Amino acid sequence: MPEQTSVGIELADVTKRYPGSREPAVDGFTMTINPGETTIFVGPSGCGKTTTMRMINRLIEPTSGRIVIGGDDALSLDADDLRRRIGYAIQQAGLFPHLTVAQNVGVVPGLLKWPKKRIEARVEEMLSLVGLEPEEFLRRYPRQLSGGQQQRVGVARALAADPPVLLMDEPFGAVDPITRGNLQDELLRLQAELHKTIVFVTHDFDEAVKLGDRIAVLGDRSRILQYDTPEAILANPADDTVAGFVGAGASLKQLTLLRVRDIVLGSAITASVEEAPSSVRQRMATEGRKFALVLDNRRRPLRWVHDRQLGGASLAGIGRPVGDVVSTQSTLQDALEAILTEGGDAVVTGPRGEYAGTVQLDTVVAKIRELREEHQS
Amino acid sequence: MTVTDAVVSMESGTRRAEVVRLFLQPIAALVLVGAVLVWAFSQDLDAIEVVTLNAATLLKSTGEHVLITAAVTVLVVVVAIPLGIVLTRRWARWIAPVFLGVATIGQAAPAIGVIVLYFLWTEQEGLWAAAVPLAFVSLLPVLRNTIVGIQQIDPALVDAGRGIGMSSFTVLRRVELPLAIPLILAGLRTSLVLAVGTATLALFVNGGGLGFVIDSGYKVARPTVLLTGAALAVGLALLIDWLGALAERYLGPKGLR
Repeated sequence: MPEQTSVGIELADVTKRYPGSREPAVDGFTMTINPGETTIFVGPSGCGKTTTMRMINRLIEPTSGRIVIGGDDALSLDADDLRRRIGYAIQQAGLFPHLTVAQNVGVVPGLLKWPKKRIEARVEEMLSLVGLEPEEFLRRYPRQLSGGQQQRVGVARALAADPPVLLMDEPFGAVDPITRGNLQDELLRLQAELHKTIVFVTHDFDEAVKLGDRIAVLGDRSRILQYDTPEAILANPADDTVAGFVGAGASLKQLTLLRVRDIVLGSAITASVEEAPSSVRQRMATEGRKFALVLDNRRRPLRWVHDRQLGGASLAGIGRPVGDVVSTQSTLQDALEAILTEGGDAVVTGPRGEYAGTVQLDTVVAKIRELREEHQS
Repeated sequence: MTVTDAVVSMESGTRRAEVVRLFLQPIAALVLVGAVLVWAFSQDLDAIEVVTLNAATLLKSTGEHVLITAAVTVLVVVVAIPLGIVLTRRWARWIAPVFLGVATIGQAAPAIGVIVLYFLWTEQEGLWAAAVPLAFVSLLPVLRNTIVGIQQIDPALVDAGRGIGMSSFTVLRRVELPLAIPLILAGLRTSLVLAVGTATLALFVNGGGLGFVIDSGYKVARPTVLLTGAALAVGLALLIDWLGALAERYLGPKGLR
């Protein structure tokens, strides 16, 4: 796929006023959406977040204001042309039931008058991209697909003409929680590869935290209550409304955003299986530790041993097996989970399962405190 | 494939009934017509009966009947479908009740009355003098089903179409109309049945048709002629309805079946 330069979106004083209602639906909305990032509009239903998003591709015409997409004034372009350059995915996918999967995905390239061969190749590429085997799905009709598969086809259709901007209106709102989680992971994977400028509307704050590079928490009439990174919003909600929306457990959500590689790893006393228990005991005494970690000959963690267990002649077979380990890619939430189940420090392993360090409860606590202080200023 | 199988097996009960009906209806129509014809021609026909009960006259009347039905159908399709489409456009929606009201009056009015009124107004005779008023009488099912067929489409699909860059005309052509086709075809089938039945009245304005055979049998008091005309009209109506059912079944969009 040709690497495309990402485009940013500028909204300046955008207002939507419906005839016959006194209050505008969207009132003077101004925002800079960074190129290549996922920006989430999150807010209660009826706050105008969808209306705001739909003004970007002019499904709703703004009453006043300016919208600039990648340097072009969106309001002076032909609306249909504009929309062909902006991907659009909606709740329940909105697939055309009378068209096959292939025809659905090929709609926009068709509108752009791509040659037939190129459309066919592109459709197959897109289906593979969203994890659907082309051979199996090309000729199916939407009603022959599960909800999650329909949603994937919806995303494939939105991306088919390789638009630099993608608008997603609660795309995963109508699927079960497990499928939703999978689709979110899929979107993260896609985005890591494609770097589209995504505007994503949801009322689910957890979804926003998981997917967003930036989150705009919107209130009535699409007023921006806070526009910042998920970390910053979790650490320091701008006001009580945002705090209420973030909900309980902000610190726990914070943990899902941090990776083990973001913190300084602790170290345990380690010993190879061949080492004499007495020498291990001596080292433990020097450092004042009660536990040591036994590694196999490829340095993979095996068991925790307590100094009282070191009376025998060999380290083989003694101690408590290491259960839950985490990698440097794991979130701090996973690490905390491991700490709780292991009842002590969590063991971190490297790419080949070798010992890399430990995560201590104190480190996790300190990291959260540090983040809060950082965003308080 | 398991998804497809599940869908098919769920619907197979009603589908089987439908297949049986599709198969039996034309046979029933042909058996009825065949039996009545064999019976009629095996009678000792007198000179008066032979005037009508001969192959040439019966074929001519049946041909005329089919022609009137076809003319009515063409008129209905050409008027009702475009009108229905226009009446679902946002700028014309407010006036839809007016047209639906007029069409409802058309359907409620007795066909014979509409034919006579149209004749008194235009003083014309023949095929079109019958086809035009009959089209007015059988317009409503297609008009109403076109409107309902388009209105019942999930607005999210129209939104998706516009959202990915289709013009409003493209959305109409590629989304709204294909999805409305099953209902439009159902309306057309009802209209056809109305048309083929009321076409027996065409004889009052010299339009010909099987009404001529029935009327002759009545006027000359020959029940054999009357019965033959009636049986042909019923058989033809059953066949036309069967064709309508075939169209509904095979012309609708594949993904919806």
